[in-house]
Amino acid sequence: MKIKVIVTLKSGVLDPQGKAIQQTLNGMGFANVKEVRQGKYFDIDIDENDEQKAKLSAEEICKKLLANQVIEDFKII
Amino acid sequence: MNSSVIIFPGSNCDRDMDVALKKFGFKNKMVWHNDDELPKSDLIVLPGGFSYGDYLRCGSIAGKSKIIQSVIDFANSGGLVLGICNGFQILTETGLLKGVLQQNKNIEFICKNIFVKVNNSENKFFENIDKDVLELHIAHNEGNYFCTEDELKSLEDNNQIAAYYCSSDGKVDDKSNPNGAIKNIAGIFNEKKNILGMMPHPERMIDQSLSGEDGSIFFENLLKNLK
Repeated sequence: MKIKVIVTLKSGVLDPQGKAIQQTLNGMGFANVKEVRQGKYFDIDIDENDEQKAKLSAEEICKKLLANQVIEDFKII
Repeated sequence: MNSSVIIFPGSNCDRDMDVALKKFGFKNKMVWHNDDELPKSDLIVLPGGFSYGDYLRCGSIAGKSKIIQSVIDFANSGGLVLGICNGFQILTETGLLKGVLQQNKNIEFICKNIFVKVNNSENKFFENIDKDVLELHIAHNEGNYFCTEDELKSLEDNNQIAAYYCSSDGKVDDKSNPNGAIKNIAGIFNEKKNILGMMPHPERMIDQSLSGEDGSIFFENLLKNLK
């Protein structure tokens, strides 16, 4: 089954790329853009039919590899 | 003294480290990341570079490679482990060292000489070193050290900060912080101080005709401390 994961920086953690994107957007005329936070998106195909089991695997995958929980949060969707 | 340098796909300071270790008297072996076992060593080095192309996060994939469990066991049994640059990033990703190396604050790759004030008490790496301000080289995109406030407090309380970016006369200030690292931190130890991770490259400063010789002071002193 397909699992989608989004990894984002925790709030308060500096995101220089997000900041650069926000400043660029402001420079392009999107004056209303106040903040941009950049994250990562993963499409994972897990060989499992039980949604609960697949999500449990995904959670372990996120904790062990995809997210560094010192600075990042993850969401399984 | 026997040392081992671990090579990951994308390491590029492994041979410089090999040259440096041998120059100062270590018997060094190169170890491939996919090997199961470490040769008998007094020092394990995780070299600089761009292991696995910095995919996912710097050092994250190398931190799960086959040899790493042996490195973790070696470190946990008190063995000396040195991680330089990408090696430092790998050590944080394995959890052997606290915190994380984030992208430089100015979003630029920084390649230049800097000065660091080193912590020369209670550790084999810098104890008895002739100078406590060393001129070393940095070359990184993700060297901006970050940790939680609690972690920072415990690093400070346990004297685990190994090196601070500073001016040539040893002043630790904002002006000498190249990458935005919290508290100017350039390197840290684990609690027992047998693991050192730092962004600056001592192996690039071992020849006056190339760059400088403060790296020589580091390696000579390290070998002396291990004997």
